[in-house]
Formats: sequence, C-alpha cells, structure tokens
Amino acid sequence: MKKIIVGLKRVIDYNVRVRVRSDGNGVETDGVKMSINPFDEIALEEALRIKENSKANEVIVVSIGSNDSQQQLRTGLAMGADRAILIETNSILEPLTISKLFYEIVTREQPLLVFLGKQAIDNDNNQVGQMLAALWNRPQATFASKVTLNDDTAEVIREIDSGLETIEIDLPAVITADLRLNEPRYVKLPDIMKAKQKPLEVIAIDDLSVAQKNTSNTLKTEQPEQRKKGIVVNDAAELLVELKNKGLV
Amino acid sequence: MNKILIIAEHDGQKLNDSTFKCVSCANKIENSEIDIVVLCGGDSRLAETASKIDNVNTVIEIENEANNHQIAAVIAPQIQSIADDYTHIFGPSTTFGKDLMPRIAACLDVNQISDIMEVIEPFKFKRPIYAGNVIITIEASQSKKVIATIRTASFSTAEQRNQAPIKKITVEAKLPTHTRFKSIQSGKTDRPDLQTAKKVVSGGRALGSSENFKIIYDLADTLNAGAGASRAAVDAGYVPNEMQVGQTGKIIAPDLYIAIGISGAIQHLTGIKDAGTIVAINKDEDAPIFEVADIGLVGDLFKIVPELQEALNSD
Repeated sequence: MKKIIVGLKRVIDYNVRVRVRSDGNGVETDGVKMSINPFDEIALEEALRIKENSKANEVIVVSIGSNDSQQQLRTGLAMGADRAILIETNSILEPLTISKLFYEIVTREQPLLVFLGKQAIDNDNNQVGQMLAALWNRPQATFASKVTLNDDTAEVIREIDSGLETIEIDLPAVITADLRLNEPRYVKLPDIMKAKQKPLEVIAIDDLSVAQKNTSNTLKTEQPEQRKKGIVVNDAAELLVELKNKGLV
Repeated sequence: MNKILIIAEHDGQKLNDSTFKCVSCANKIENSEIDIVVLCGGDSRLAETASKIDNVNTVIEIENEANNHQIAAVIAPQIQSIADDYTHIFGPSTTFGKDLMPRIAACLDVNQISDIMEVIEPFKFKRPIYAGNVIITIEASQSKKVIATIRTASFSTAEQRNQAPIKKITVEAKLPTHTRFKSIQSGKTDRPDLQTAKKVVSGGRALGSSENFKIIYDLADTLNAGAGASRAAVDAGYVPNEMQVGQTGKIIAPDLYIAIGISGAIQHLTGIKDAGTIVAINKDEDAPIFEVADIGLVGDLFKIVPELQEALNSD
C-alpha cells in the first residue's frame, strides 16, 4: 500500500487583509474567512495527480488544530483525498511540536511520501517539512516545482535563489511544494457531497505522546511602519530630474 | 557570554553576501563572540574570505567531498557535531538557509526563529508574519539555543578588515547519501546580483512577452542595475524563477527600485519594502504600487521606458 500524507493547515484566506487585534494580542480572526493554506493545496493537488497516475494508492490529509480545521479537511476530501486525520488541539503550537505530531502519524501510517506546503502564509515559518524530514531521518526536497516519481526514488526540481536545482532523493521522503508545482483543481459540488461520507478520524492531542510546551513567547503583535505615498511626475523627463536630484542616476 | 555560530552560504567559488549580513545581525547581539563555519568540498579561499569579515573570532573550515553540493541533510549532522559550544546558530533566510536551518533545529531538538529583522536583546527579536503585514516581537527561551534565519534585507553587509584564525576540523558524523545533487539550471547574466544590487529594474505581466522584457534589461544595463520581475511575469514564462521579487521570491533592499508594469500585489510589496526609493511606472493609476512608490508615473510603459532610456543615453 503506497500512501501519501498531505498536511493541510487552516489559515486566514489569502485575500483577506490581516489586521492586528486592538488589544495587540495576535491578529483579528473573528468573522474572517478561513481557507486551506495555498501551498498545502498545491501539495495536495500533486499527491492526487500521483495517485491518479497509479503511483500511489491512498492520499491521507492531516491537519493539526482546532475542531474547525475539519472544514479544511473536508475540502481536501472533496478535492479527492481518501481519508482525513485531525489532531485536535486549541493551543497554538510551535513548528517543532507540529513536526513531532506529524511524525507520530508518519510512524503509524508508514507513507511513501509526505507532501507539505513550503510554508504557511500566516506565520511564514517555512520549517515543518524540514523538521519532519530530520526527525524521520529521511530526505527532504523543499520548494519543489516539479516532481517525477520512480520506483524507489524521486527526481525533484527545486526553485532556489540561483535558479532551478534538480536533486534525486530516495523514498520515503518529505517534499514541500512551491507555487509553480501545479494549479490546484476546483472542487465540484457532487464531490463535496461525497466527501461527507469519507472517513475523518479525530485524535485528541493528549492521546499522542508529544510534549506541547512552547519554548518561545510572542510578546507583541504590531502593524509595520507603512511607507508614505510619494510624488507623481508627468513624464520620463521629469522622472529623470527627480532621480538626479536624489543622486540615484 | 553569547557564542554565535554563522553557517556560511557559498556556491563553491564565492561567499554569498548573505553571510556578511548574518554577521551584521550577530553584531547586534551584545556580549558575543562570532564564529563562522564554512563547509566546503576542498577550496580554502572561502574560509579566507570569511576570516576577513569584521568581528569574526574564528573561522571553522570543514572540508569534505560530501560538501561539494550544499545539501541540508548532509550539512545538518556536521553542524550538530559542533553545536554544543554555541548559544546561537544563524543562517540566512535565503533558500539555502530556509532549507537547512530547520533541519538543524530539529536535529538539536530546539525551535527555530525564522526571518529575524531586528535584534532587541540577545534572546528577543522582531520578525515579520503574514507576508510582512504584521510584525511580532518574540522571546526565545534562554535555556535553549537560538536557531534562526536572518532576514538579509534588514541588515547591512559587514566590512572586511579582519584577519581571524582559520581552524580546520574533520567531523566524524555519518553523512547520509539518500539525497543527491543532479544539476542546476540558472540564467547566466553579467548584471549585478539581484540580492545585492544597489539598483534594480523589475518588469511585470504588462510587459506581455519575454521579447518585450528587452526594454527592462536595456534599462537595467544602462543603470548598472539588477533585473527582477513580479510573480505574474515568472508564472507567464517571460523570465526565469530566479528573477522573482516578493514574498516567495527574493526579498531585496536596493537604493533604487524601478517597478515597471507591476501592479504591486501585497506579496510583491513585501519583497521591496526596505528599498530606498521606489519608482513605479504603470498605466493603471489605481494600482496598489502607487501607494508605496516615492515617485509615480502613470502611463504606457512602452512609451515611457524608451523615452527614459533615450534621455539616459543622451546624458
């Protein structure tokens, strides 16, 4: 049985303008639209395509968070995942703890691949895939823009600062998805209905033997300093004058 | 006493500017001693360059064929074997550091702080979240090591007037072979490196084709500037991915940034918010780029850019 595990994080939707709460304690989430982290959606799409190409048998979506994350898992099931697991917690956990929780699931399910988004667009940490690979003592291929699966290896093209790097990794492994890996499918209404019948297992976090103590503390949340709107010029000649005045050309 | 280890980023030939910026960040931590570790395949000039960076105490050089390509799973156990002495371990928040540092953190069973943009105290930092729309102040436990990536655009390039000793060591750690480098494809360019260029000219989807990007390259060359692009232009296939500026591309801080035909999605603005002067040329006067531009020019880029080019040429 070749399984692929995909992590889905519930985050504030990509299109929402995020606001700091008036008490300075985190950001406003009341009444705000929540979605699957876009990079995770890309990761799921890739896993589904691998399964559709008969290179895997089962896609399992996993989320760690509050009971509300069931919504995102149901969306994942509607996209085509076979079953879902929610590790339920109301605490905000650090990436290392999240990675250890994922590792518990990995140990139980023994997947061929774990697919995650390269980062979540809320905390922008970009850590869990790499940490999970370290705990699992397996290869990591981060920032993937193309994945080719062979029998017991995968070739991955990675988007790095200097261009496109191709690496070969032994399986099992962790792959994290970058933006250009694919374009996720839209969910169709009948699939949403079908998804309601698919299995969704809820595990209480305390049933797993992972310590939940955070080691850092967020002291303050604030809006960054905004750049001020500048001047408007009318043509290229005026622009050049301004640039010269600033000593920039 | 804080002991800081910085992991050098390089391509086998040259030390990346990000390493110098990590040193600048480390310099903000009071009562500290800074070491740099260079993991390389066999070229000692890298360690020599690192030893010249101001305030560096010792450069540790680990030569091993396995380090010919900088693979996170190979580097992490080597760092783990020398980590004991240090209170802080820093890497840049480039794709190299983002790939590597969490692997090291997990090997050491500590958390990581990503994208440090300001040091407040040795264990207290500021970092951006939500694509830079929110800044948090985070305090790390003093009983654990601080493993962090450094947001390079927030720090200056450290000077090179030093002569630190170089200590060559060998590491006994067993290195994995499960991850193998195959090849790298990068657009060769003589233009200044996007991440360190003093000036950058970027084009967006409005350019319409890769051929049309020529006017961006020409302007960049005249200004001795790096050339960049928005995500939309990269997605459309006009330019390669390494030119992308923004949250998922490169975060840069040039003195002059000229955005041409870029509307200014929030993810793009994240990548340029530390630029000195932002110039925007766009035909849509309501484009969000004008909200942050120091100098805005509304109009047709295919008319304005050649005019600007001509004016510069005749100067």
